[in-house]
Amino acid sequence: MTLRHWIISGLLLLGDSHISLAEVVLGQAAPSCSLSKIGGGAEKKLDSFKGQVVYVDFWASWCGPCAQSFPFMNQLHRELSSKGLAIVGVNLDEKAADAAGFLTKTPAHFEILADVGGSCPQGFGVKAMPSSYLIDRHGVVRHIHLGFKPSETEALRKEIDALLLEAASTP
Amino acid sequence: MILKVSGFFLRLSLLVLVSGCTSVQPWERGTLAKPHMALQPFPSQTALREHIYGSRESASGSTASAGGGGCGCY
Repeated sequence: MTLRHWIISGLLLLGDSHISLAEVVLGQAAPSCSLSKIGGGAEKKLDSFKGQVVYVDFWASWCGPCAQSFPFMNQLHRELSSKGLAIVGVNLDEKAADAAGFLTKTPAHFEILADVGGSCPQGFGVKAMPSSYLIDRHGVVRHIHLGFKPSETEALRKEIDALLLEAASTP
Repeated sequence: MILKVSGFFLRLSLLVLVSGCTSVQPWERGTLAKPHMALQPFPSQTALREHIYGSRESASGSTASAGGGGCGCY
């Protein structure tokens, strides 16, 4: 085989890899996302929350830190939803029943939606569970938070407060 | 001619084999996260057993989690 053959083979193999390179970058628009209620139902786009500061949290029933993060997000929802914060918990369980079981044990007062077709975490380039993304009123990703530790909530809260103070009209 | 054909099949088989590899995405680890998928389902029990085994054999091998020379006195 000549060098040319090897190069062609290599390129073919590269193209064959299943690793997605899509990933959100700070300061760029959040990818569009098709969501629905857990177990199916009407489709709801992530864009429909535009105008609000959106806290998108990717979670699953099997993820321990996700359960830890729910009381924090409930608190955020209670205190800041009137100021324009929308919390969207995107469930990534393969079985809807697992998510439903989790929610009976760990109640959520904020919006819980499920990803349709697995494209949402791919578009965001989710690297950890849980992963949360702060999207400002213009739909721009402003903060990415991987995992959840109770010690990090204070900094996250400050970040959210700052985004809420930004007026909707200024870019 | 035979060399050419075998080269073609080599590349074809590489392509087919590699396409079987997928990376498990972070959100697809639900099954892997189950307790019975852990390499050590009972880590403290395993550690205790290795400690006793190391003491009895008078030599602690690479499996010993605690340090020591196998005298059982650590």
